Amino acid sequence: MKLITAVIKPFKLDDVKGVLKDAGIQGLTVSEVQGFGRQSGHTEVYRGTEYTIDFVPKVKFEVLVDDADVDRIIEVIVAAARTDKIGDGKVWVTDVDQIVRIRTGELGTDAI
Amino acid sequence: MDAGDAAWVMISAALVLFMTPGLALFYGGMDRTKNVLNMLMMNFWCLLTIPILWAVIGYSLAGANGDDFDKKYIGSLDFAFLKGLGISGEDGGATLITLVFLAMFAVITPALISGAVADRMKFSAWAIFAPVWMLLVFAPVFKWIYGGWLGSRGSLDFAGGTAIHVNAGIAALAVVLVLGKRKGWPTEGHPPHNMPMVMLGTGILWFGWFGFNAGSALAANGTAIQAFLNTFLAAAAGGLAWGVVEKLRDGHFTNLGAASGIVVGLVAITPGAGFVSGMSPIYIGLIAGVVCAFAVGLKNKAGYDDALDVVGVHFVGGLVGSLLIGFFSSPDYFGSDVKAGLFEGGGLSLLGEQALANGATIIYSFVVTTLIALALKATIGLRVDEETEVGGLDLAEHAETAYHGTN
Repeated sequence: MKLITAVIKPFKLDDVKGVLKDAGIQGLTVSEVQGFGRQSGHTEVYRGTEYTIDFVPKVKFEVLVDDADVDRIIEVIVAAARTDKIGDGKVWVTDVDQIVRIRTGELGTDAI
Repeated sequence: MDAGDAAWVMISAALVLFMTPGLALFYGGMDRTKNVLNMLMMNFWCLLTIPILWAVIGYSLAGANGDDFDKKYIGSLDFAFLKGLGISGEDGGATLITLVFLAMFAVITPALISGAVADRMKFSAWAIFAPVWMLLVFAPVFKWIYGGWLGSRGSLDFAGGTAIHVNAGIAALAVVLVLGKRKGWPTEGHPPHNMPMVMLGTGILWFGWFGFNAGSALAANGTAIQAFLNTFLAAAAGGLAWGVVEKLRDGHFTNLGAASGIVVGLVAITPGAGFVSGMSPIYIGLIAGVVCAFAVGLKNKAGYDDALDVVGVHFVGGLVGSLLIGFFSSPDYFGSDVKAGLFEGGGLSLLGEQALANGATIIYSFVVTTLIALALKATIGLRVDEETEVGGLDLAEHAETAYHGTN
């Protein structure tokens, strides 16, 4: 079992959600986050004074998948989130030891 | 009092009252999330204390009653505690409605200063400063300008360009010089936390300003109508001018630039609202918008931390508008007791009077405000501790939080 985590451009979330549903994903968790990468921040000007905003708003989402699905799911996420411009984000995968569905007590892949 | 006049002045008084919450939103949106409630309460504090103080002694000291009109420097104690004031006399309430109309101005004038001291002034210090300032600075300056030694020489101030905006603007500078800079200013940015709130506040100010300026005719007459139109046009011209300056200088037409310019246009037309006509309000708005778009940058060069630009907007805008009357005042419309400006064939005489009135106001207000601030600093202290400044004044000073992340 794996946890796929992705940080993407906020306006791409709907597209990614759509392709993940099409790919058979039953659920995911989304959070609004801020950070910086190579894109770095931006400047805003108020009454002629420039302010540097260091952190860029992004969306982070996490989805649990079976080992066999990992490559296929990463592929659809990357395809849907890509704009070819700087700041598209990243996807990474971590091992998951155990999953429990709280309502039923199901364990492991049954709980995905 | 004529029924139409009474109705208009009552409505105008309500419009001016609404400006103080409008100002609170205008400032509050520019402030940060952790200090927005403190900013709102500094303004509302004026709404709580000044009306009572005005009734107790402010109105009488300011010499706003007709019987005190010819006093030179200060009113009297004759009308303290509203003594002898009622609706039973022959004026049928004209005195009372004037009293309440002017009370609104007494409320908003100290409130203007709150924008400069944002993020670091102890609420207890503000709670004393605002009413004391109203009595020691606003009341006498009001008398000087209206019927007193400056007004009787021929200087003009229709609705408070000098008595209110220049006065509060220079006082703001005096307080921040004693108070000191905010932690991290100017290297660390303090950008506005809620621009829609700023725009809403701007709209409320513009709306209320029709009462401020057109109501200052104290009658529903032609002068009020002219002031109404002038208020409308100068605000639009000011907002347009400031926005265009930013577009050309910085690259974008911003909401804050437009809002600031609208307020500057309103400030600048205030002294001349009932003394200029034709295209003059548009010229006054445009000039003030351009000048103030640059004036707000002065604080960075001079090193005084006027947090929300009370000096750049109200002091400079009010001064520009007041001096421009020396050029644009047109007695053809407003009666022979009004001096003509330079462009209306009146020579330099009026401009000289405007300069004197503003100069005297600036010196008095700056000196007395500095003394009040120093006295507070030496006694209860002016400034919050560093932990409060970093954590925010809302929680430390008011035990409230403006925005909870959840629920």
